[in-house]
Amino acid sequence: MSLASADSMMVRVGRYLKDNPVVPLLLFLFLLIALLEIMRPGIVTPYRASRDGIVSMFWVGNLIKFAIPLAMLAACQVLTMLTAGIDLSAGIVATVAAFVCATLSSIWGVAPATIIALLTGLLVGLVNGFGVGIVRVHPLIMTLGTGLITTGCLQVYQRLVINAGSEIPAFLAWLGTGRTLGLPNGLFLFMPFAVFILWLMRFTGFGRLLFALGSNEKATKLSGVRAWQVYLALYALSGLIAALAGLLYLGMIRQTSLSLANPLLLPSVAAAVIGGTSIFGGRGSFAGAVVGALIIRVLDTMLTLMQMPEGARTALFGAIILAVTAIYVRLTDTR
Amino acid sequence: MSDVIRKNAWVAGLVALLAVLLVVTKLIQPTFGVSGLESIARAALPFAFATAGMAVVVIVGGIDLSVASMMAVCAVAAAVLMERMAGVPALLIVLALGLVMGFLNGALIVLTRVPDIVVTLAMLFVWEGVALLILETPGGAASDWLEQSIRGSFLVPGIPNALVVTIICVAVVWLPIRRSKLGLSIYATGSDELAAFRSGVAIGPTKILAYSLCGVLCAFGGLSLAALTGIGEPVPGPYLLASVAAVVLGGVVLGGGRGSLLGPLIAVYILRIIRTILTLLAFDPNVTTIIEGVIMVGVVMLGTAAMMRGAQQ
Amino acid sequence: MSDTVLLDAYGIAKSFGAVHALTNARLRVRAGEVVALMGANGAGKSTFIKIITGALKPGSGQVLIRGEEVRVGNPAQARKSGLVPVYQEPSLIPDLDVTDNLRLGDTPKESFMKWVEELGITDLNMSDTIGELPLATLRILDLARALASEPDVLLLDEMTAALPADLVERVLKVVRQQANEGMGVIYVSHRFNEILELCDTASVLRDGETVGDLTIEAGVEERAVELMLGQKIELGERKITTDLRAHSGNPRVKVRNLAIAPKVTGIDFDLYPGEVLGVVALEGQGQDELFDILAGFYPATSGLIEVNGKSMSFKHPADAIAAGLTLVPGNRADALLAQRSVRENIALPFSVRLPTWGALKLRHERERVQFAIDKLQIDTRAEGEVQRLSGGNQQKVTIGRWLATGVETLLLFDPTRGIDVRTKRQIYPLVRELAAKGASVLFYTSELDEVSLACDRAIVIFNGQIVDVIDAKDADEQTLMRAAYGLTSREGVA
Repeated sequence: MSLASADSMMVRVGRYLKDNPVVPLLLFLFLLIALLEIMRPGIVTPYRASRDGIVSMFWVGNLIKFAIPLAMLAACQVLTMLTAGIDLSAGIVATVAAFVCATLSSIWGVAPATIIALLTGLLVGLVNGFGVGIVRVHPLIMTLGTGLITTGCLQVYQRLVINAGSEIPAFLAWLGTGRTLGLPNGLFLFMPFAVFILWLMRFTGFGRLLFALGSNEKATKLSGVRAWQVYLALYALSGLIAALAGLLYLGMIRQTSLSLANPLLLPSVAAAVIGGTSIFGGRGSFAGAVVGALIIRVLDTMLTLMQMPEGARTALFGAIILAVTAIYVRLTDTR
Repeated sequence: MSDVIRKNAWVAGLVALLAVLLVVTKLIQPTFGVSGLESIARAALPFAFATAGMAVVVIVGGIDLSVASMMAVCAVAAAVLMERMAGVPALLIVLALGLVMGFLNGALIVLTRVPDIVVTLAMLFVWEGVALLILETPGGAASDWLEQSIRGSFLVPGIPNALVVTIICVAVVWLPIRRSKLGLSIYATGSDELAAFRSGVAIGPTKILAYSLCGVLCAFGGLSLAALTGIGEPVPGPYLLASVAAVVLGGVVLGGGRGSLLGPLIAVYILRIIRTILTLLAFDPNVTTIIEGVIMVGVVMLGTAAMMRGAQQ
Repeated sequence: MSDTVLLDAYGIAKSFGAVHALTNARLRVRAGEVVALMGANGAGKSTFIKIITGALKPGSGQVLIRGEEVRVGNPAQARKSGLVPVYQEPSLIPDLDVTDNLRLGDTPKESFMKWVEELGITDLNMSDTIGELPLATLRILDLARALASEPDVLLLDEMTAALPADLVERVLKVVRQQANEGMGVIYVSHRFNEILELCDTASVLRDGETVGDLTIEAGVEERAVELMLGQKIELGERKITTDLRAHSGNPRVKVRNLAIAPKVTGIDFDLYPGEVLGVVALEGQGQDELFDILAGFYPATSGLIEVNGKSMSFKHPADAIAAGLTLVPGNRADALLAQRSVRENIALPFSVRLPTWGALKLRHERERVQFAIDKLQIDTRAEGEVQRLSGGNQQKVTIGRWLATGVETLLLFDPTRGIDVRTKRQIYPLVRELAAKGASVLFYTSELDEVSLACDRAIVIFNGQIVDVIDAKDADEQTLMRAAYGLTSREGVA
């Protein structure tokens, strides 16, 4: 046991960043936005391009709008990563939920379609929870597998409903594309959602158990926790959140596709990792992940402006995940 | 002698299962014969190489989630290079590329001390991006001789060339190492890292070697992808979960130290024939995918459960 | 014995953070000499062994083998220098067969086979997989492999712990023979009879310091026990005395014929409400397994556990906790959520059951946590992360968790290991107070003077069995130490 005074500067800086990830992250976000403004003067501050307004509400609204579904999927990753897990089926679950909702709306009406769409997410999540919590398959492999099976199911389902057509429920379109006072209506869903997640993580017994399992599964077991119950509930919840994110994304894109939300998976993992959530469990912050999602959206815009090809973007996100994790390991000298 | 049988009971069981499945196929489709075998062996090529590569890293006690992405990189590299230069140098470059990618995976795991599963997850995306950078849309052209080398059955009469090629390539990469002390080091590291260290095994270099081998085998996988399609496709195929499942079904224990490459390769053909049978039974191809996925996840679950039981004892 | 010095280690010191594992250790081994390395639990033996074998770098001091300094590096390098260790746990690769294991370590096969036969294993098949061989055989193979590499100095660390008597005889004979032919041997063991039979001298380590070298002769045991105990810091005076005969009612925990393969062969005891029952044992005598079973980690091989008169079989710690048995494990790292706050650590058991997964009862939690913090006087200046607390405060948190939750039977496994004297002095009265309020405490300790300070009586475990039961009033350290080394018969015990 070393004493605090004996810790190296690196460890102390690392510790500060771990404790307050949101502060430096916000600074980093504003730095990126400033960079963006330098790259393309006027994109954030219209007056420099001799238009009206100091800050473009349109641009800010857009940034937030596209960050919302990403932040919701990042919630899946934050929650599962708290227990040293991950949910790689989240992107596909979101796609399936969107597809099911759009196709069933035209057959059975909006309300049942929405409920069934959410239930599909819950179902996939329960299967994940069974595999991870009871059989103890590594979450990465398990969620990858269910993702694959779910994709197959989606294709079969598509053949069944191919003639039914699709309909984007009006309230989803309103949430996804509408604006109130310049800000996206998606916030009406996201703000309560974010409050719920923050509350869940900090002020509930379930949240405590997530942190506990991730920091020391043996100690948690020793205190009498039956871990499988927590895993089952956790992955079910993650599936439900992914489905909800998919519904919102459907309203935003207003199109059905068999790979609608799949491209959001990698950025959602990156957002969680950038936001200070440890992939090794026991530490994480949803607020950080939200800022992480915003950062990724700004980065995305910059890469698009630089005409960076799709491949470079994917490779960059992969490298970011690895670099942040490696730095985390170095700074804290823990696994 | 009985010892040999006992140690290889699992592989023997797999061979028997494979034979039964072949008989079933023949019963369903009386015309099933050499050409049917050939198409199975051809379709199984990339799957077989991905599995062989995965088996090596699982034996050393790790896992490589980036196999499919590395194969995609090699496939597009092969298609692009073979369009511009002679086939043999292009082939060698692609193999070297695989080696470098595998080496990087291993080196990053050893140097950063980040768990293999996390490193290779990140590298999965990096290699996927690299493949897209090399070739944004499917294109290029594989050499004719490459495409021809896996067709027909002229090398050994009655046995599809694709199968012969698989066996030769895997044997050339793996057997010299398996027979040497390096191979022992790989098994030792996967079996018990501390005991291996105490027996004088250099743990870090051994791991890097295993990942490098995986990279080379993935390069063969990429080449076979290019040979099968005639072009290079930058999108990784569905080989990740499939290879993990085949490795587990093939008797290689997740966690390392046990098994061979023979079992996983037989498992590849078993999984492939199941697909053929399902197709012959006129299942919707998408339903086939679901059934396959369920089988794979089931196999991995059983493998994990077996590992947990082993760890408890 | 000649005068050639094979191994010479002197002035060895080593610290891990604030913990001084070794302060001034030395060891000299001459050709033809067998030296016993002795020391009570926590004296620093294992750190010393690691430094001698080149697995750890000493903080100060030097290790010379044949006059050359041992370089820290991989074990292969250390082996070349001439010192070959045989570790407590087998270091053969479980999934490889015997032949491959020999190839891996470049061990000459003929010589290996010669030693295997010499050591009494006749039915070894070279294609046997190591993982399928019995533990005793593995120990022999480890030794044979070490001998086959013709070391100058052989280090045997608890080599005989898993061996049956006839193999022990063989091993001692072969090792003695090798010593007579000029090999130097370091023999680490808890077993006096083997040391008496095999060794020439003994080097005794206490609190990280070499405190004496003894020549092995009749009656050396008493002197060794004295040296190992030394002058201890006075830990306080016992204030509470209980009359054992007050235990009239039914026992809270009743254990009969408990066996846990392979270490524990038969343990019986009763633990009464209001009693603190000490457990005394050298390392690895089966006490770890006993506590694991009572805490519910896995079921016992055979035997009976009754709690409040009801027969129990625990499959999960939750079962044990439901029956009122809670464990404070020996390794604090097993009990703490290192990155979480003191409050979350103490309150962890509050959220265990499904109905408590919802909103936290913050006020109730704060009150209970504060109660535990006050009771134990936990220093909460660095309460944001438990890993930043001192060892003593960390230990208080692991105990405080169960004070806040409430406890019927507390299983304390060496709760004062590696913590400061002040904290120790706070823990004993606390244990007594818990007992006075009706709790039962099972208290394993590696510090023998704690028995008289905190316990009512103590059971002594040696080789997986209870060899003695000692009343607190008779539990002076010499008595306990001799009992722990299996030097007393079970007189006075039914």
